[in-house]
Amino acid sequence: MNTNNNSVHSTELAGRSLDEIVYFSQHKFHGGVHPEEHKTLSNQSNIQALAIPPELIIPLNQHSGRQAMEVVAVGEQVKAGQLIAAAEGDLSANIHASSSGKVIAIEDRPIAHPSGMRDRCIVIATDGCDEAEWLPPIEHPFKADKQQLLRRIQECGIVGMGGASFPSHIKLMPEVNKLVINAAECEPYITCDDRLMREQANTLIAGIQLVMHLLNASEAIIGIEDNKPEAIAELKKTIKDAQTSASDKFAQNTSDLKNSSIKICVVPTKYPSGGEKQLIELITGKQVPSQQLPLALGLVMHNVATIYAIYQAITQGRPLISRIMTITGDAAQLKGNYLTRIGTPISFALQQADAESCDKVIMGGPMMGFEIFDTQAPVIKSSNCLIAAGKGELKATDAALACIRCGECADACPASLLPQQLYWFARSDDLEKAEQYNLFDCIECGACSYVCPSDIPLVQYYRYAKNELVQRAEEKQKAAHARERFEFREYRKKREKAERAERHKKAAEARKKAAHQKGQTDEKKATIADAVARAKARKKSSD
Amino acid sequence: MSSLTAVLILVCLAGVFGALLGYAAIRYRVESDPIVEQIDEILPQTQCGQCGYPGCRPYAEAIANGDDINKCPPGGEAGVKALADLLGRDIKPLDDTLEESQPTVAYIREDECIGCTKCIQACPVDAIVGAPKLMHTVIIDECTGCDLCVAPCPVDCIDMLPLEQDVRQWQWPNPANDTDDDNIIPVRQVS
Ligand code: SF4
Ligand code: SF4
Ligand code: SF4
Ligand code: SF4
Repeated sequence: MNTNNNSVHSTELAGRSLDEIVYFSQHKFHGGVHPEEHKTLSNQSNIQALAIPPELIIPLNQHSGRQAMEVVAVGEQVKAGQLIAAAEGDLSANIHASSSGKVIAIEDRPIAHPSGMRDRCIVIATDGCDEAEWLPPIEHPFKADKQQLLRRIQECGIVGMGGASFPSHIKLMPEVNKLVINAAECEPYITCDDRLMREQANTLIAGIQLVMHLLNASEAIIGIEDNKPEAIAELKKTIKDAQTSASDKFAQNTSDLKNSSIKICVVPTKYPSGGEKQLIELITGKQVPSQQLPLALGLVMHNVATIYAIYQAITQGRPLISRIMTITGDAAQLKGNYLTRIGTPISFALQQADAESCDKVIMGGPMMGFEIFDTQAPVIKSSNCLIAAGKGELKATDAALACIRCGECADACPASLLPQQLYWFARSDDLEKAEQYNLFDCIECGACSYVCPSDIPLVQYYRYAKNELVQRAEEKQKAAHARERFEFREYRKKREKAERAERHKKAAEARKKAAHQKGQTDEKKATIADAVARAKARKKSSD
Repeated sequence: MSSLTAVLILVCLAGVFGALLGYAAIRYRVESDPIVEQIDEILPQTQCGQCGYPGCRPYAEAIANGDDINKCPPGGEAGVKALADLLGRDIKPLDDTLEESQPTVAYIREDECIGCTKCIQACPVDAIVGAPKLMHTVIIDECTGCDLCVAPCPVDCIDMLPLEQDVRQWQWPNPANDTDDDNIIPVRQVS
């Protein structure tokens, strides 16, 4: 049933040009909220490079999927860009040293994670020389074959930088006709993509062309909120230049690029327009079906920061060792965007931005981010923002009151769920019911918690319920496996017993036979002995 | 003549189909009582024998024959509840003599092991590997934490350790029974 729907969807989109699709789109999605933006705090100045910290702490697992395997030893000298941990399997990403220095430890350190737990990290004492070792650039990327480009992206450890950190090369494997670029940056406070677009529009457009080539896409569309007029203007200008100038660096290498088009779709500012499914609905007017990827509509989406990283990996051979991160919040004196090395301790970044006297530190935005309890934890590939909150800046959550069934949460939910129902199901531990009500479509955007007049930590319940469901399914699988092994062992024991019985029987028979033979020989001996005795006796009597 | 051939062919066919059906009956035999299957599906398959039966399946059979549903500590209260739901019986608290157990795995202190193979014989899921007179070790992923290998070890070198939790297994706490405010990460923060 579902698959049927998809094919209808995808053909619907496939047959039409983006222009047409966008023209007919209503440019809206259900729900959403309008929190205060606080973006001007940090988007007024150019991106600056953050200093090299004395110590880089690089976690081996910075993404969904499996932990990478270290390939350096303590005491080893490393250069910037050198592979220090290799991906384990497909759902894992390579990790590189982000500056030169010496590996001084490979151990558990605090990491930036809502649990506040520790995890395995490679610690590098930097030497300040920042000696680098990039891979060789791919000279003519538009002539290179897809596999070579994908391999490079994988080698460079590129992951989606918008949030979930899914390894990018996997998302680039299929061939699709349309590419959507996520430049919405809808969460309050965060401005790193905004600044990137303003300052690196050229690189970004070239990067988009590259990714279009990779996907064999003929159209790309950039989805951006209308609160970023400077970035929009910059991108528009660059696209126009790229299309007119014959001397464009890449356009001359390939003829089909001239026919390819990059468009901008300006969407109204409303949180969470940057959610993958929400942005696609905003742009195309079509919904990605429940529990499916945009691929179901014949689309692939990438974030601008990821495009930038892919471009650098291919044309410069530069692995993902740094990212642009917003440092903002009332307590930060030097608010702005910083080119930050992966592994930089949060405490060091805060110190550089003169933000040490803050009330609390949030990684990510105020809606979906989490509090950092130990600032020794490092910046990772998905860290887009640090909020150094001043006193009273971020409202503490009040104690939750009872749900008054006002229905505001359902009005706000961008995934068109029934948050109130989900909450009741999660509370009463009726998790199967929650699943039936599409719990797994919840993107944990926090819009429902934001509007809830009773201050119920709704998202918290959904996160708990999702975790619990996944864990129960895993336990079930484990139990099934144990049952199989137990049953096999029972079978084996039975078989062994039967075999043993068989052996015993044979041995017994053999013994019996042997005894029988022995009996016969004994008899013979006895007769002989008898005969001898008789003969002797006869001899005696005759004497 | 021709009628004889027909009869012969029919007899042959009947024989072939009979054999096929007979084979299918054995090969695709419905394993056993479906209610036992369903009960076994709920039991945690730790195979620890704390219920007084030599494994989960025998206990499942016993329950189907009327035994109490509150004898499985690894299944805990949640297990009792699921069984009660399935069988339409009343929920009973876990048997007092038994305690709900935490998930553990066995760990052999390998330098002390004398290689007697006693633990291998005790393990219900073949999670221990080793050869006579050589060091033995536990395959952690297969170990159900049943505790059965500990007692037979003549040199007492097997420990039951709590299953280590790292970031990848970490779970968001349930806000309903989480009184520790620190653990609730506020999401509604923009005033
Ligand atoms: S957190 Fe989930 S339920 Fe709440 S508004 Fe967002 S998508 Fe809807
Ligand atoms: S917004 Fe809050 S109080 Fe209103 S229905 Fe939803 S959960 Fe209940
Ligand atoms: S007590 Fe042990 S053997 Fe008995 S059902 Fe529970 S896990 Fe299985
Ligand atoms: S029972 Fe103890 S000594 Fe014997 S093989 Fe097992 S661990 Fe080693």
